[in-house]
Amino acid sequence: MSHGHAAVNKPTGTTPWGGGISPFNISYGKMMMWFFLISDAFTFSALVTAYGYMRHKYADNWPLAGDVFTHFPYYEGHIELAYVAFMTFVLIASSVTMVLAVEAGHRMDKKGVLFWMALTIVGGLIFVGSQAWEWYHFIHGTEHGALRSVWDEDAGAWVEKVIYGANLSHNEYGHPLFADFFFFITGFHGFHVFSGVVINFIIFLMAWNGTFEKTGHYEMVEKSGLYWHFVDLVWVFVFTFFYLI
Amino acid sequence: MSHERDDVYEYSLDTHHDEATGKKVRQKIYLVLFVLSAITILEVGLGFKFSRVEGMKETLKWIFIVLTLAKAAGIVLYFMHLGDEKKTFRQIILGSYGVLVAYLIYICLVEASYNGSNKSGIETNYKALNEATPAPAHGHGEAHGGEHATENHEGGEHH
Repeated sequence: MSHGHAAVNKPTGTTPWGGGISPFNISYGKMMMWFFLISDAFTFSALVTAYGYMRHKYADNWPLAGDVFTHFPYYEGHIELAYVAFMTFVLIASSVTMVLAVEAGHRMDKKGVLFWMALTIVGGLIFVGSQAWEWYHFIHGTEHGALRSVWDEDAGAWVEKVIYGANLSHNEYGHPLFADFFFFITGFHGFHVFSGVVINFIIFLMAWNGTFEKTGHYEMVEKSGLYWHFVDLVWVFVFTFFYLI
Repeated sequence: MSHERDDVYEYSLDTHHDEATGKKVRQKIYLVLFVLSAITILEVGLGFKFSRVEGMKETLKWIFIVLTLAKAAGIVLYFMHLGDEKKTFRQIILGSYGVLVAYLIYICLVEASYNGSNKSGIETNYKALNEATPAPAHGHGEAHGGEHATENHEGGEHH
């Protein structure tokens, strides 16, 4: 390398920006992961802001999440928000197991890393499965349905029709935009969770292979951890704006 | 790994600590878990009890937003360890995000002027049977459209 080694280049007694050292004391990979996450955060912020705008605009016809998401597995009755609270808890718990995997990596504890990463992956799979389950019920709708005015392409007029469940153009529970935003934002987030599970699985296999023991550090676990925590972070906002408010 | 360029600039990887430090770190993680779970339970409880109470809606909304930001701070500062990074780096991440999202929200509140149209069908097909009357050509009559409609005229003239 013509650059030479850092120790040779490093000017003594200069500012952090004088060259030769990393001013932020952070590795290239971690910093780029942060920059990627910021750009991803902008995407989600734009989606959630657009959701807020439309929700405000159609406030009169916006369904209350408590009326829509009432199902709980193996339970016939209706409990508002119980299942989504469970999902939120699963994701927060999987964030904790991830940060525990990072901590185990700092101690070069391979077994610890494998154990906590495995739990993180299981948590992620439970979450993705729950989301699919919730989508199923939202698309399926209630038994009685609801009478809505729907545009009939053949007749060229509005007709009254009983709508069951929700899709991209009809929504039994209220304004169709609610369903559109729900499918898009939770779908986009769910895809992030799925990618996170895949990334975590790859890192898990690498850790199992002893790759990081050879490298001498488990920084890779930290980088995939950053992504995983970000997924949790986005869900915190989705949970608030979709289900609570 | 020889092909990595980590040798060019000097930084401490910060990727190792001993068992004693690890114990402290874990205690902090469990504390954050406890706080985040408590906030979530509180949120669900509040939503369960008050989401149908008319007068509470606005208050509840702001309570939820503040609690959510508290949760987000816990995740970013302690789980993502942004609190342990250098101050300047923290400012770059939070500052650039904060400024641009504040601008995005500002734009949506002040400049947004899209009012929908009947052609899309979106305006009208949510209407239940008893209110299935032809919608007005513009959404100005909407209950919450008032503020936006005013901004519309201003925005329109500028363009």
